[in-house]
Amino acid sequence: MMLSKGLKRKREEEEEPEKEALAVDTWWLDPRLPAVAQAPPAVPSNSLLDLSVLKLHHSLRQSEPDLRHLVLLVNTLRRIQASVEPEATLPSVPSPPEAPGVAADSLLPSSDAALSASMASLLEDLSHIEGLSQAPQPLVDEGPPGRPSGGAPPGLGALDLLGPATGCLLDDELEGLFEDIDTSMYDSELWAPASEGLKPGPEDGPGKEEGLELDEAQLDYLLDVLVGTQALERPPGPGR
Amino acid sequence: NDIQWCFSQVKGAVDDDVAEADIISTVEFNHSGELLATGDKGGRVVIFQQNKIQSHSRGEYNVYSTFQSHEPEFDYLKSLEIEEKINKIRWLPQKNAAQFLLSTNDKTIKLWKISERDKRPEGYNLKEEDGRYRDPTTVTTLRVPVFRPMDLMVEASPRRIFANAHTYHINSISINSDYETYLSADDLRINLWHLEITDRSFNIVDIKPANMEELTEVITAAEFHPNSCNTFVYSSSKGTIRLCDMRASALCDRHSKLFEEPEDPSNRSFFSEIISSISDVKFSHSGRYMMTRDYLSVKIWDLNMENRPVETYQVHEYLRSKLCSLYENDCIFDKFECCWNGSDSVVMTGSYNNFFRMFDRNTKRDITLEASRENNKPRTVLKPRKVCASGKRKKDEISVDSLDFNKKILHTAWHPKENIIAVATTNNLYIFQDKVN
Repeated sequence: MMLSKGLKRKREEEEEPEKEALAVDTWWLDPRLPAVAQAPPAVPSNSLLDLSVLKLHHSLRQSEPDLRHLVLLVNTLRRIQASVEPEATLPSVPSPPEAPGVAADSLLPSSDAALSASMASLLEDLSHIEGLSQAPQPLVDEGPPGRPSGGAPPGLGALDLLGPATGCLLDDELEGLFEDIDTSMYDSELWAPASEGLKPGPEDGPGKEEGLELDEAQLDYLLDVLVGTQALERPPGPGR
Repeated sequence: NDIQWCFSQVKGAVDDDVAEADIISTVEFNHSGELLATGDKGGRVVIFQQNKIQSHSRGEYNVYSTFQSHEPEFDYLKSLEIEEKINKIRWLPQKNAAQFLLSTNDKTIKLWKISERDKRPEGYNLKEEDGRYRDPTTVTTLRVPVFRPMDLMVEASPRRIFANAHTYHINSISINSDYETYLSADDLRINLWHLEITDRSFNIVDIKPANMEELTEVITAAEFHPNSCNTFVYSSSKGTIRLCDMRASALCDRHSKLFEEPEDPSNRSFFSEIISSISDVKFSHSGRYMMTRDYLSVKIWDLNMENRPVETYQVHEYLRSKLCSLYENDCIFDKFECCWNGSDSVVMTGSYNNFFRMFDRNTKRDITLEASRENNKPRTVLKPRKVCASGKRKKDEISVDSLDFNKKILHTAWHPKENIIAVATTNNLYIFQDKVN
């Protein structure tokens, strides 16, 4: 099981300020509560956080992650992070890295950046993981395959990787993704019904010059085809 | 009077070195209790048959049939290996001379027919007994072949294969009381099948969110009601149980009843959700109650009361202060099963250190026993065990820190009519029976 680069080192630097925050924010480690009275010395939240992130990393690296294990880990990670950064909101839809924690607790000035950076590197490492919804099973309608989430902002939506993340790709980076793609295959006869009445575009139908003016449905379609093609070309994952 | 449990038999290798394929993954008695099936990680099913000849050895089971149920498969589209481990076995009620069972791995369910052959034809004219052909010129008389008894041969053959209906891992199968349909449940969906039809199934529960980012809960177990063929329940990783009525709508996404106990605020921790995750749900034989198993307890629910269980039994409360370590070594994710006795008066479940627990619902007494080769003599009464949570350890007690967390009893089964139990350790199957007075 590999450690994410830089994860451990950054945690150690942040030990001191973390411990102060602990007493205030983690009520469930309050020694007056009976569950804790018998407990061994309270584990600092940041090492529990580390452990959870490592477990999540390990789980996602399995060729086929155990969904129950993953969901329980992510939910627990959210709780732990909430205690470490009590004023950070945990977006279910990924949001830009700067937002959570900017207005947060001045006791933890650099831990947010460290956490964000570590989550970002974690998610980037895992961005090749195929979405679980991708199986074209004959009896089950799976919907669009998972989206590549390279460049997805951090946050505890590790499950973002497992399904279409419709929100996060509709931003300025989108154009860059398509610069080198030959769009001649997406001829107007495929797009015309969707584009009629939806945008005052050029008469020749959508093409790469449309860029950001493509609406969400068209982008979804485009991405489906791209990701579908990529999925078939992807090399086999590691054996069990 | 309390039952006195005695060791009867142990099946499996003696070695401490456990071959992974031999890890037992499911144990199930058939409806009469005469047959006991186990499934293992290697995809094999072993069926034991009760010795009914001598009354004092009715707890004796001998191998009846062994077959390879599932093989490892490779999903080429997703580049994933599909494990052959048998997750569940469920027996069909016996309708004729043959026995039928359903066995499932993560993706495929199979219907197996197990039949006996105890006669064979003898006296062919053109073949010798060993099968070699005779020279026709040596045949001077003709005879009629007859059936003669032979050593019993038990054959297992796959009759139906129910495949390609589950994207996620199947955790449960349950045969309906109509004996025509059954359900299969994976992490996010439950499908309804007809036993005769393999090329289609109906999806009756789907909790997959449109956006996988929003996924916070999975299905952990499901079971049909023993008497009402329209009713089934499914449990979740958040500790809830939903009862659904198939008459209400085709897709049972909206439950008829939701069983959930409010969290005890004094017991809250980071691990509250993980330990509330239900690992097994079983209806009582009467159909009036259901039992759920979460990490630390067994709960009995009255189907008429949704807001809290009617009984709660602590399996190993001394682990509550060790949750952090158990999280670290992943034991906190272990999925224990539970079972009822035939009269619904006692429930049983497993624990660590090869201990298993029984709770008598009437007397409110409980007992901890150990499945170990040390208590090897048949008809030796098992000694109750006790775990010392803290403080001074008494003689014969074992302290929490000495418990072996690698020795877990996840699967147990109780004979439907008699006091005979089957307890699976990692790779051994123990059979215990009550002391015959």
